[in-house]
Amino acid sequence: MTSFYSGPGFDFSNTVRNNFLQDRGLPLPKATSTGTTIVGCIYKDGVVLGADTRATEGPIVADKNCEKIHYITESIRCCGAGTAADTEFTTALISSNMEMHALSTGRKPRVVTAMTMLKQMLFRYQGHVGAALVLGGVDVTGPHLFTIAPHGSTDKLPYVTMGSGSLAAMAVFEAGWKPDMTREEALELVVAAISAGIFNDLGSGSNVDACVITANKTEMLRNFVRPNERVTKERSYGFRRGTTAWKKEQIRSLIVSEEVVKHGEAMDVS
Amino acid sequence: MPDGSFSHPQQRSFNPYTENGGTILAIAGADFTVIAGDTRQSEGYSIQTRYAPKVFRLTDRAVLAVNGFAADGNMFVKKVKQRLEWYRHAHAKDMPLRAIARLIQTMLYAQRFFPYYVYNILGGIEEDGTGAVYSFDPVGSYEREACRAAGAAQSLVQPFLDNQIYFKNQQAAPGQSHPLHLPLSDVLSIVIDSFTSATERHIEVGDGLEMYVVLAKGRSAQGLEGGRGVQELTTRTDGDRVFVIRRELKKD
Repeated sequence: MTSFYSGPGFDFSNTVRNNFLQDRGLPLPKATSTGTTIVGCIYKDGVVLGADTRATEGPIVADKNCEKIHYITESIRCCGAGTAADTEFTTALISSNMEMHALSTGRKPRVVTAMTMLKQMLFRYQGHVGAALVLGGVDVTGPHLFTIAPHGSTDKLPYVTMGSGSLAAMAVFEAGWKPDMTREEALELVVAAISAGIFNDLGSGSNVDACVITANKTEMLRNFVRPNERVTKERSYGFRRGTTAWKKEQIRSLIVSEEVVKHGEAMDVS
Repeated sequence: MPDGSFSHPQQRSFNPYTENGGTILAIAGADFTVIAGDTRQSEGYSIQTRYAPKVFRLTDRAVLAVNGFAADGNMFVKKVKQRLEWYRHAHAKDMPLRAIARLIQTMLYAQRFFPYYVYNILGGIEEDGTGAVYSFDPVGSYEREACRAAGAAQSLVQPFLDNQIYFKNQQAAPGQSHPLHLPLSDVLSIVIDSFTSATERHIEVGDGLEMYVVLAKGRSAQGLEGGRGVQELTTRTDGDRVFVIRRELKKD
């Protein structure tokens, strides 16, 4: 009798087989990567996070409008770059643990808590969990912004960028960032930084997502700017009925005929 | 070794080639040919330039599209143009298309063991006035075809062309047959849609589109002259004609 129990955490039971297959020249399937531009920026009363919406598999665009700003708590959000599955599962796991933490302490959780949980998890997996994150939020101690690299190191800065478009976006921040910006100034700068990634980095593209977090309100601005709408096609590509050739035709009736035979005495419904 | 001695064998490597992305395609009609390419040149995740032509007019009846390693492509076009000029000086006429195709084969094979890292597509008008497309591999193997896509998005575009130009996997209506050649307006629409779609799904395709149209002698230029973004490149008035149509593509 096989056991159906599976322990907690990752399942490594296929590693020996997969290493053997790799040695025999069968490469592992390529994971979807969010070759990405993600940014964050602190302003006067909070944090603005930004992300593009392109997901790639090598040179192919896998998703033209994916969501890279993930929910951690009501006033903490996290942008993910790197292996798409890793960023989604790590942020979901830490989001779950943060909710549990909030419930057991009875307090609003802090950004440092999420940051510590994320870095400890990523360090434990020695970079094999390929998540590069921008974590931002507001808690009782004020606004905070961090980057977390796949090996678990963290930075705390007033403006940050990550992903393949990080250089393009950082160039915009270095040119335009100033302390104590207004909400509008910060949002405009974040949009400019993401746009620089979208247009100058091939790993980034499509739309700008933004998220403005203040002490008492979080605004998720999904598809805040859409500078890359698809142009209309020159022709329509409908096919005439009967275009597909077939070898044989068989038509079956799906209606089941059914005969009801009365049996025994009728129920007393009086 | 830090001391510069050669007591241990050392290996150095240098790779002279890179891949610069982009896509080209050509479609032959009954009495015209369309040769097109996008204008983005990239390396890795960076755009080197948004306007680097990959399609070049060789003569009034021949256009060459090159894709792969841009430096090799530019050098190869330069050398083909030079050979065509020498031919003009020797014979006082332009080299016929099939002869240009054979010339390109010998020029590519001459570099068999240090190849031009380039896929070539030659399009134009044959001496009998028919549209023709010749496609080459980097070391000179070539054939004449009705349509061909090459480059980064070849795997996206060629199946579409097979379906729309050769009508592959499409059964004709009862008692009818598929046309052998499509009219110019249909071909241009298919070319534009090929590139807008490749731009949507391939990160190395985009920025601009250049479509060269070669018309056989005596064929009317129906709607081509004075059209939006159209420019005529013909040098003589009594032969085949070359036009270029420029369009914008998405820049992300």
